[in-house]
Amino acid sequence: MKAHLTRRYLFSASHRLHSAEMSADENLSTYGKCNNPHGHGHNYALEVTVSGPVDPSTGMVCNLVDLDGFVGREVLARYDLENLNMLQEFAQSVPTTENLCVEIFEILQRSFQKAHLDRVRLEETMMNSFEYTGGAESMR
Amino acid sequence: MVYLTRKAEFSASHYYHNPDFTPEENRAIFGKCNNPNGHGHNYTLEVTVKGEVDPRSGFVVDLKQLKEVMHREVLDAMDHRFLNKEVPEFFTQIPTTENLAIAIWQRLQTKLQKASLHRIRVYEAPDLFVDFYGEE
Repeated sequence: MKAHLTRRYLFSASHRLHSAEMSADENLSTYGKCNNPHGHGHNYALEVTVSGPVDPSTGMVCNLVDLDGFVGREVLARYDLENLNMLQEFAQSVPTTENLCVEIFEILQRSFQKAHLDRVRLEETMMNSFEYTGGAESMR
Repeated sequence: MVYLTRKAEFSASHYYHNPDFTPEENRAIFGKCNNPNGHGHNYTLEVTVKGEVDPRSGFVVDLKQLKEVMHREVLDAMDHRFLNKEVPEFFTQIPTTENLAIAIWQRLQTKLQKASLHRIRVYEAPDLFVDFYGEE
């Protein structure tokens, strides 16, 4: 029996949306307040969905200790209370929540082996969220 | 096709234990959830059904009937219960959120009229939920 398990995590980070390929005016008109040179921050909520057969001996798709440990080490430790613009992965790209969502999906897909990764969903505020399923069509 | 979701809440206790494992294995795999005295959660259940909108009633499903079935099959059986000892599915299976979602699907699937079951989502806590879509 295949089931899909979703775990939610919180972290906080700052960023500035600014593209080196745009003029100052274009940056301001594209990113608005988010282009403020001093940056600003969000409390992000991250949802990671994994799936797989439910192991009859444990009743689990994936042991949460493994998922929490991986996300804690590889995602939260990397992004919580950081300035995203200072990180290597955003040296060439703008740290929009779209790009951050894709980065987190790729970290999990590259190294988390305990269950199949379905989806990463990232809330930037209560009013907007982004989902990435690795280029596959959205789950449901 | 239109999808309709109805929510319900129930509170129950459980613990995780596999009699085929040694006490050490049980503790290593299930951690604090292995405490034999159990612990509890406030569960939130979301039942999503799908179907065509009936042109005469404008409904996908009779909500009253859906509510009655959810109460009879799930809440009456599981609310304020110790899942391991009072819900037959969990006499032999471990009452994880995964198995709870599957058990609720199996309880509801054959009881619905007109609309068909699309998804069972069970929140064990606001930061953890499981989705089950039947056999995939």
